[in-house]
Amino acid sequence: MSLDFEKPIIDLETRLMQMKEIASKKGKNLSKEALLLEEKIINLKKEVFENLTRWQKVQLSRHPKRPYFLDYIYKISTEFIEIHGDRVARDDKAMVGGIAEIDGKSIVLIGQQKGRNTKDRQFRNFGMSNPDGYRKALRIMKIAEKFNKPIVTLIDTPGAYPGLEAEERGQAEAIARNIQEMSMLKVPVICIVIGEGASGGALGIGLGDKVFMMEYTWYSVISPESCSSILWRSWDYKEQAAEALQLTANDLKKMNLIDGIIKEPLGGAHNDVDFAANKLKKVILSEIEKLEKIDPEKRILDRVEKFSLMGVTKND
Amino acid sequence: MNWFKRKKKNINTPSTQKKELPDGMWYKTPGGSIIHIRELKNNSYVCPEDDYHVRIGSKEYFEILFDNKSFEELDKDLSSSDPLKFVDTKSYKGRVDKSQKDTGLKDAIKTGVGKINNYDIVISCMDFSFIGGSMGSVVGEKISRAIDYSLKNKIPLMIISKSGGARMMESTYSLMQMAKTSSKLALLSREKIPYISLMTDPTTGGVSASFAMLGDFNIAEPGALIGFAGPRVIKETIGSNLPKGFQRSEFVFEHGFLDFIVDRRDLKTKISKLLKLLKN
Repeated sequence: MSLDFEKPIIDLETRLMQMKEIASKKGKNLSKEALLLEEKIINLKKEVFENLTRWQKVQLSRHPKRPYFLDYIYKISTEFIEIHGDRVARDDKAMVGGIAEIDGKSIVLIGQQKGRNTKDRQFRNFGMSNPDGYRKALRIMKIAEKFNKPIVTLIDTPGAYPGLEAEERGQAEAIARNIQEMSMLKVPVICIVIGEGASGGALGIGLGDKVFMMEYTWYSVISPESCSSILWRSWDYKEQAAEALQLTANDLKKMNLIDGIIKEPLGGAHNDVDFAANKLKKVILSEIEKLEKIDPEKRILDRVEKFSLMGVTKND
Repeated sequence: MNWFKRKKKNINTPSTQKKELPDGMWYKTPGGSIIHIRELKNNSYVCPEDDYHVRIGSKEYFEILFDNKSFEELDKDLSSSDPLKFVDTKSYKGRVDKSQKDTGLKDAIKTGVGKINNYDIVISCMDFSFIGGSMGSVVGEKISRAIDYSLKNKIPLMIISKSGGARMMESTYSLMQMAKTSSKLALLSREKIPYISLMTDPTTGGVSASFAMLGDFNIAEPGALIGFAGPRVIKETIGSNLPKGFQRSEFVFEHGFLDFIVDRRDLKTKISKLLKLLKN
């Protein structure tokens, strides 16, 4: 369960662990060799992670060990009551939401949930929501608004589910409705991409006063693979597509499409979930504090203005 | 059988003497009906034999809808500036330049202000002929400005959608046009200014998942493909064939996402009636 470019690091880490084991068995201190190896690992990690290609960042966003929505919730909150159902037809397991207590503050958290093993992945539909998921998310947001609680959405989806029933129940309408309703919510809304931010499926819970991305995530109108298959008419150009789409956190910050990047530990969030969760929590709390000082009506108008400034055109 | 034998070996009429019909005189519908272009034009580009609605663009819709075919165009010089310098097998800039040359359009949408049977209206109409009617920054910005115009002048807005979805070559900028148009529409809705969304063939992807589905009245032309995911993607996902009529206007209507389906020949009358009922 590791990526190609992680392998050399993991090999060295395994060797170091063996050396540590031997040392502890013999009751000896770590050898000079081991200390050198430790340093070598850090340097190698730095070298690899400072020079990641866009496609490698996409791979990291999908890392099988990467923390998902609920992993973060359990790390950052002292209480979490999950609430279910769209009050229309279903309870979409790919979309999770509830009220959490973080540092003594009640915050409504909503996000897509992926599964860790085969069974769980199917149960969560690979983090791909049906319309029911978007309607459930909106219902939970309305509860937050009613009881004046700030909303945080954590985005991690390979896309809204492109299925037959999804179309029957109005996938397009559900996403459109969410985007529109989110723009008018009277409470602070913060959206954070924690993994994959694929197109309308991500944006369906993505309209907020502030939008952040964790360091090794992507957010775009299409996945590199699908882009490759449509524009290059082959699945083989995903690396080029990722470069062309400029879909990483760094890219989007440069384009002013997001407000900030949440730093991940060296090696990615899965290398130190506590570190990642802690950074996430800090951003959530400090941003909510700032947003709560603003008058709700002004917050709404600022939110609409923020998105209406996005885009680049010229006058011929 | 002598008479049957060909005396000369080949047909040797020089191609300059060939009498071909002028290009584009006749139109054949998918159902096989053949109709003269002039007749088609006089019939709002609907084939009288099988009611097939031919795909048309902003020029034709404006002619059909606006009184005396007269309107004022807004933001007509706005065009794409290729913010990502996007290159796939071709450059995006090249695609835009070629599309502009081929279609005579600046981008995939035009906004006109005029009257429909004496009722003021702002109409933004998409052009599928321009890179598949895809939504990039220009489409989003023009819709956003059309909404501003509606808000400022308190005039109802109509958007005619005809698009495959967001424009990949503007990546996340395109995606954010969904946010931009939808949140702007929320302001229009707050001011209680009517917004009519007409979906035509096709209306899918980021366009259907934003402004197209957000009308106070969502209406469609008959037989139009309307959905979120494209049929090919759904077919691949579920691994079986799609039912007949899937994602067509009639299907979308039956599932409760359209207010009514309107024949293009009745469109103008129906819209003005609706505007009248809302105004009185």
